[in-house]
Amino acid sequence: MKIVVLVKQVPDTETNIKVGDKSINEAGVKWIISPYDEFAIEEGIRIREKSGGEVIAVSLGPDRVVEALRTAYAMGVDRAVHVKVDDYVTFDSTYTSELLANFIKAENADVIIGGRQSIDTDSSQVVVQIAERLNVPHVAMALKLEFDGKKVTATREIEGGTEVVETSAPLAVTAQKGLNEPRYPSLKGIMSAKKKPVDVKKPEELGATGSKLEVVSLEPPPPRIAGRKLEAADAQGFASQLVKALREEAKVI
Amino acid sequence: MADVLVVGELKNGELKKISKELTSAARKIADAIGGKVHTLLITDNVDSFAGDLKAVGADAVIGANLGEFSPEGYANGIFAVIQEKKPAVVLMPHSAQGKEYSARVAIKANAGIVADAVGLSVDGGKVVAKKPIYSGKAYANFKVSSDIQMFTVRANSQEVTPKEGAGAVEKSGASAGEVRTKSLSKDLSGGNKVQLADASIIVSGGRGIKGPENWPIIQDLADTLGAALGASRATVDAGWISHSHQVGQTGKTVSPNCYIACGISGAIQHLAGMGSSKYIVAINKDGDAPIFKVATYGVVADLFEVVPALTSEFKKVLG
Ligand SMILES: Cc1cc2nc3c(=O)[nH]c(=O)nc-3n(C[C@H](O)[C@H](O)[C@H](O)COP(=O)(O)OP(=O)(O)OC[C@H]3O[C@@H](n4cnc5c(N)ncnc54)[C@H](O)[C@@H]3O)c2cc1C
Repeated sequence: MKIVVLVKQVPDTETNIKVGDKSINEAGVKWIISPYDEFAIEEGIRIREKSGGEVIAVSLGPDRVVEALRTAYAMGVDRAVHVKVDDYVTFDSTYTSELLANFIKAENADVIIGGRQSIDTDSSQVVVQIAERLNVPHVAMALKLEFDGKKVTATREIEGGTEVVETSAPLAVTAQKGLNEPRYPSLKGIMSAKKKPVDVKKPEELGATGSKLEVVSLEPPPPRIAGRKLEAADAQGFASQLVKALREEAKVI
Repeated sequence: MADVLVVGELKNGELKKISKELTSAARKIADAIGGKVHTLLITDNVDSFAGDLKAVGADAVIGANLGEFSPEGYANGIFAVIQEKKPAVVLMPHSAQGKEYSARVAIKANAGIVADAVGLSVDGGKVVAKKPIYSGKAYANFKVSSDIQMFTVRANSQEVTPKEGAGAVEKSGASAGEVRTKSLSKDLSGGNKVQLADASIIVSGGRGIKGPENWPIIQDLADTLGAALGASRATVDAGWISHSHQVGQTGKTVSPNCYIACGISGAIQHLAGMGSSKYIVAINKDGDAPIFKVATYGVVADLFEVVPALTSEFKKVLG
């Protein structure tokens, strides 16, 4: 089985973000693998451990994303590919999916797995767009995957519950929390990952047509309306004040 | 013509509020760029909703019968309507279903797409979509340069403004076509209650509730307000409630009119999921908890006393 896992590098949530005109100031930003992509890497490795084959980790972004690929190597992927683009390109899901789909097409992968969303743009688009570009089915928000040859049975999260679906490989999957517990890279894995090759692909080689998004501007988040702490003698006092505030001031209830 | 197509959504045979929110937003865009608003509903019973959508600006209300939800089937059907109507702008809900079919629709239509927009405006004939990025630590404004501009829009982010459209009712012959993923079974045991994604009020509990046996205190308030029940990750990790209730970075992103956080400290990952709520109420006995930095109304007190008092007070005024 040939498995491609998609690995996006994103700022750690706790990191301080300084907003520039069209991009963020990267100085001091701590970069991590987007948490849902860790589930994707783990699932890829587990499928290979069961069914044999190869796991290829692909990351699209500037030079620093190689660190994320080293982590994927340390977790146990077999090959790593860096699609080298400027960071703002990763805002554009259709361009991203075009570059990645063109790479995956050439690899003839059986399974493509990514996170249910990346935690920087939260768009939930790229993996399903890749499925559409490759003309294959997809399973989004997967909680469980079982392969029986080409046949795939999956449990996935839907609004208000879960659904069991049946489909077949080749397919694309987005990983939801609960799919597995990602392993920690071993020390040995980390050491050997440093020496492993990372294949670099440029957009020109992948023949993509170009970006369809224009970044007009970035801005800091809107300031929140100054809040106030209510004063009351007891719970009853707080309750009646809150009800009043929510009904008469905020008019939301 | 620079028409706008809205894909609306139904739930248990009823029109979801997002359908009106998007139609209203589409009306403003269409008025600015000079076009009509078409609202598409996936149903064989479009007539019953036409009045509601006409009242918020729909010139045409289109019904397409695509059967049970499948992302591929919906994408095929929606794309057929796009080919027929040739809209300049398409608005879809950033709902569980919308996220899935929108991705396929964008590729079929060779369109650029901005997902999870919370603001829509028009500049030089093009839509500018605003969306939070980096867990709400920045907002980005995007324009889409392809012929068709696509957007998925967060629930509760658009005002519903009355404005009469032509309201013509149409039935589309679009079909679901080939679907390669078969649904074998569904478990909707958590399904009767209000869903987080489109709730206008959410009552959430955190580690401050002390244990799973105390959820009824939070649930009672939620039920009284017709609100959805949310939870912090700490309570999910402790096994007190299922992950489907988790709000935050690794849970659900929500934008209700009112978010009531009970015994939640307000960690950055939690704020990432609810920071865009219109009004935030925090009930926490620690006056220094970070949640108070974002709370519109802060109550420094024991939730075990305040929440039941609040429930009975609301019961009184709401009857
Ligand atoms: C990668 C990553 C992703 C994460 N994703 C999420 C996510 O999606 N969602 C999320 O919520 N968290 C997430 N977290 C966890 C987050 O960092 C916090 O640990 C979590 O939100 C804390 O939950 P809490 O506020 O319920 O608990 P605590 O931080 O323990 O806070 C409990 C609060 O209850 C108050 N309290 C206690 N007793 C009472 C009482 N009787 N009355 C009133 N108040 C009381 C306390 O003062 C305290 O402020 C994530 C963390 C990481 C590292």
